[in-house]
Amino acid sequence: MLTEKTMEKLRILAESAKYDVSCSSSGIVRKGKQGMVGNTVGGMGICHSFADDGRCISLLKVMLTNYCMYDCAYCINRRSNDIRRATLSVSELEEITMEFYRRNYIEGLFLSSGVVRNPDYTMERLTAIVRDLRTVHHFNGYIHLKSIPGASRELLSEAGRYADRMSVNIEIPREESLKLLAPEKDHQSVFQPMKLIQQGVLENKEDRQKYRHAPRFVPAGQSTQMIVGATKDTDRDILQMSSALYDQPTMRRVYYSGYVSVNTYDTRLPVLKQPPLVRENRLYQADWLLRFYHFKVEEIVDDQHTNLDLEVDPKLAWALRHPEAFPIDINTADYEMLLRVPGLGTKSAWLIVNSRRFNRLTSYDLKKMGVVMKKAKYFITCHELTSQFSQPLFGINELRPDRLRPLLVSKAEQKRAADEQQLKLNFEEVSTTD
Amino acid sequence: MTVYTFDGTMDGLLTAVFNAFALKEQPEQLLTADDVLPLFADRIYKVETDDEKARRVWAGLEKHLSVEAMRLISVSWLSELRELNQPLFQYICKVFRQGDIARNFADPDVLTVTNIARKVLHEQLRMKQFIRFQKAKDGTYLAVVSPDHNVLPLIINHFQDRFNDQPWLIYDAKRHYGYYYDGSADPIRITFEDEATVPFDIGNGRLNEDAMSDDDQLLQNLWRTYFKAICIRERMNPRKQLQDMPRRYWKYMTEKQVVKP
Repeated sequence: MLTEKTMEKLRILAESAKYDVSCSSSGIVRKGKQGMVGNTVGGMGICHSFADDGRCISLLKVMLTNYCMYDCAYCINRRSNDIRRATLSVSELEEITMEFYRRNYIEGLFLSSGVVRNPDYTMERLTAIVRDLRTVHHFNGYIHLKSIPGASRELLSEAGRYADRMSVNIEIPREESLKLLAPEKDHQSVFQPMKLIQQGVLENKEDRQKYRHAPRFVPAGQSTQMIVGATKDTDRDILQMSSALYDQPTMRRVYYSGYVSVNTYDTRLPVLKQPPLVRENRLYQADWLLRFYHFKVEEIVDDQHTNLDLEVDPKLAWALRHPEAFPIDINTADYEMLLRVPGLGTKSAWLIVNSRRFNRLTSYDLKKMGVVMKKAKYFITCHELTSQFSQPLFGINELRPDRLRPLLVSKAEQKRAADEQQLKLNFEEVSTTD
Repeated sequence: MTVYTFDGTMDGLLTAVFNAFALKEQPEQLLTADDVLPLFADRIYKVETDDEKARRVWAGLEKHLSVEAMRLISVSWLSELRELNQPLFQYICKVFRQGDIARNFADPDVLTVTNIARKVLHEQLRMKQFIRFQKAKDGTYLAVVSPDHNVLPLIINHFQDRFNDQPWLIYDAKRHYGYYYDGSADPIRITFEDEATVPFDIGNGRLNEDAMSDDDQLLQNLWRTYFKAICIRERMNPRKQLQDMPRRYWKYMTEKQVVKP
């Protein structure tokens, strides 16, 4: 039975869960079933609301409990933090999920938990909830379950039969840094459950080839998250980790979470006045380049460029480093090359390759279609310039990258990037002044 | 200049296409009956809607266009935008002359129709996102909306599939009709004879207190609490919030409604 007390618990546990950024309800299409509530739509999923910080609310993101036996420096729920603690009862959580779902508030449940007693005990309780939701409440919507590092294989494989997506967070890309902030954890404890989930999915795939009705195992794959700006790890460390993860067959998403200074008293952590939002944004852009734009991680970051340029997006940064690849002829270039033009996205590229089969495109056509020409115009040639003048009048090769760059960086963007750099304090400085 | 006028229905528009080909002419403008006529119209031809002719044009279109393109045409019609008539008319005429041009986005008519269809599809997604049900005493879940375009026909399948065991009513306050699903049979289209007597407020979609189920107020408050708690204050970004959730949808949304103490 839900009461006013539940409200307080929900508030505490939502606030504890909110730093986990994963929210998507994508990756699986499952139609409604007679006698069950809910379906999943696949595609991009459905976001049901947007909080005041602009982040989407798709799943009911909540922790079962925020008591935790670990003391990870970056986490709000670390054992040494003096925050309000609460635990939702199993029936409360199930009732909230069902009632919210029936009112179209949410797309499903994203359940996570602090580790109490031991990993197996915690994982067992999480598993019990998802099992109940599926079998007792006949819930057919989306379930994203956090898997607890160190939990047994049997529990994971049971939970995976009920959950749509499972995740284990890496949090810190380099093991040395992780050891510094969370001495009780290591990368092994993260990669082990990841591997177990992957094995489960692949075995399940084989089973389903033999038995069509074999129940699916974690059909929407897994995701993970890395914290940005809590350690000295560079963007190259982060992106190389992401790229390696995306090479695994079941990894669908890597999330980046700009570090919010939650534990300001801990001298191992930097003090940030605001989370590194620009850097986080650039990382997501780079992530998109890896996943949808056929870029390789070495093209985005290398030995000379260990961190992403905060003033320009990673694709533009690549283009400015490679003027020899341009200009690109809109009417003949491959789809892959179109995707490399700064300012052209997958949608614009799709419009172009479809339309150019009917007639040669001019820059007027492109503008009409809604292609943003602000950046693209320096990198492309169109129909109106004939072979003699196949170079655009003022393209990247005429202007040279160093003169083009200031034209493309807006004042506002410069300021945003500069602000963020300014607020970043040195780790040494922090420890001496504190 | 030749001007065709029609009754503003899809069948009327298709009949206009039929007549244009039968009369071997291409009218410069296609207007509805209540549009203002241009100053210099030397021939005005009134299209008499004919179901049979419309059916033939539609069947002819199906021969030329992909299923997806046909769907976009039907979807674009739900926009109820007056400025769709002319481009859609010309688009259909061009299909019969040039073949499948559905993906030639350099053609202004194709582009307009596609863009309008996209707008409608975008709004139907928003309805799937932002519809909020309240539970009434009798167990019916009620949601009131007022979308810019007539998107209810596009979303009821989704809600029937998702909430197949609960009776619900989704009501379009702007177009004064809704769909009622009783928990088993297919949803039916309903209208109220007198909107003043309904047990909810048409203006903000809220159920009257005596009609609301006992725990609904608590659940609404729970949801509002959750909505507030999940926001990270250090990352406030109201601009992004407005981009993804425009203010015009807020009045029916539980988490954005101001509660009286």
